[in-house]
Amino acid sequence: MVSFPLILDYVFSARFFDAALMTLLISASALFWGMIVGLAVAMLQEAPAWPLRSLAVGYLWLFRGTPVLFQLIFAFNVLPAFGVVLSGFACATLALALNEGAYMAEIMRSGIRAVGRGQRLAARALGMEDWQVMRWVVLPQALRIIIPPIGNQFIGMLKLSALVSVIAVDELLLVANQTAAANFRYLEALSAAGIYYLAMTTVLMLGQALLEQTLRRRTRGGLTETMLAATADAGRVR
Amino acid sequence: MSALLAATAIWKRFGAVEVLKGVSLSVDPGACLVLLGASGSGKSTLLRCLNLLEPVTSGRILFGGEDIVAAKRAPLIRRRIGMVFQNFELFAHLSALENVALAPIRVKRESPRLARERARYLLAKVHLPDRAGAYPDELSGGQQQRVAIARALAMQPELMLYDEPTSALDPETVGEVLQVMQELADDGMTSIVVTHEMGFARRAANRVVFMDGGQVAHEAAAADFFAGAVPDRVARFLGKLPS
Repeated sequence: MVSFPLILDYVFSARFFDAALMTLLISASALFWGMIVGLAVAMLQEAPAWPLRSLAVGYLWLFRGTPVLFQLIFAFNVLPAFGVVLSGFACATLALALNEGAYMAEIMRSGIRAVGRGQRLAARALGMEDWQVMRWVVLPQALRIIIPPIGNQFIGMLKLSALVSVIAVDELLLVANQTAAANFRYLEALSAAGIYYLAMTTVLMLGQALLEQTLRRRTRGGLTETMLAATADAGRVR
Repeated sequence: MSALLAATAIWKRFGAVEVLKGVSLSVDPGACLVLLGASGSGKSTLLRCLNLLEPVTSGRILFGGEDIVAAKRAPLIRRRIGMVFQNFELFAHLSALENVALAPIRVKRESPRLARERARYLLAKVHLPDRAGAYPDELSGGQQQRVAIARALAMQPELMLYDEPTSALDPETVGEVLQVMQELADDGMTSIVVTHEMGFARRAANRVVFMDGGQVAHEAAAADFFAGAVPDRVARFLGKLPS
């Protein structure tokens, strides 16, 4: 028999609430660092010098070519052998961010490319240096274009963060699993975790829809839609 | 009077294609030079060579007495030369005012307050005093092009280059852009204009250069040019244009 009061108990318990916060925190910080890594990789991909471009290719090959679960376990179990001892949280953020960067690079790159050649030419004609063209003209426009796909990535990351349970970080799935292991009430504990996941993804999806509506009013015809279509699947399969 | 800009024997090759074959032209301070010619004759490439957006294959460009082909930092030269494009290319994420003030603030490091004040003045000068807050997609083509002119003027250039500034405009907004360009020319702004607008050339130009196949085919003072003493080839070209 399913016990609804127990599910509610779990949902409103400090332990589950803290675990949900941890899930959110890991996702947010992995996404943040992933964006920075992605931007750096995208810049390398667009660099004129081939050694820089092949560095980017190597990075994508490594992090897209291996499972993210493998990368997590690698960071947690192998790095200490080299004297790098990180907390579970730091390990989780590191592995997820490095992996996310490999996918975010593609989003960043399409954003940068969506800003027309003419815009760069106009900026150069005003006497801007190359980095100023990037900083004041290309990136501000690219960022507007990539906000919707980044929303998708955030939702994806929230779900991906469940993998972190294997390296003993007290996030939602691990806490649910541990709670259930004590009394074998798996249905109740996992239901509580599921409710948290659904609540968080629902809020994110609603926020994203709202943001897209605002952006659609502010960006030029169709760019946002094109980008959404182009990147909707970017992070789905890992 | 020595020329503000004098280009000598400019060659430009893209791979095997020779786009400019030894073009020479010069423009005196305060003068307006109109560049005519069929599309593909090399006019736009020439303009881009003049402000170093395209490196020349060979040739010499004297700007204010200095050979800028050998200039170490092209951006420094470009700050002194304003350019207006066929497709306006206003920065889509910035309002009209921000478009005009961006380069003075970020490139010239002027105080934002001062730059915005002058941007307002320049927007008034191009007859858009009340559109400062509008974004490019809220402006008509003619309005966008006038903001683009104000944006170029904000760097206080010594020379303005116009690359077919009215070719992408609806006919009813061409006049307002040409009027602004003429007012600037009348105020003594040195300019080189690639255009098919013969009315504008007649009213504003001091000299007319006709290009064909990457070379200067004919060059004359505007008065002589429009008096009709032109080679057949030029006359045939002019005959195809609405005047």
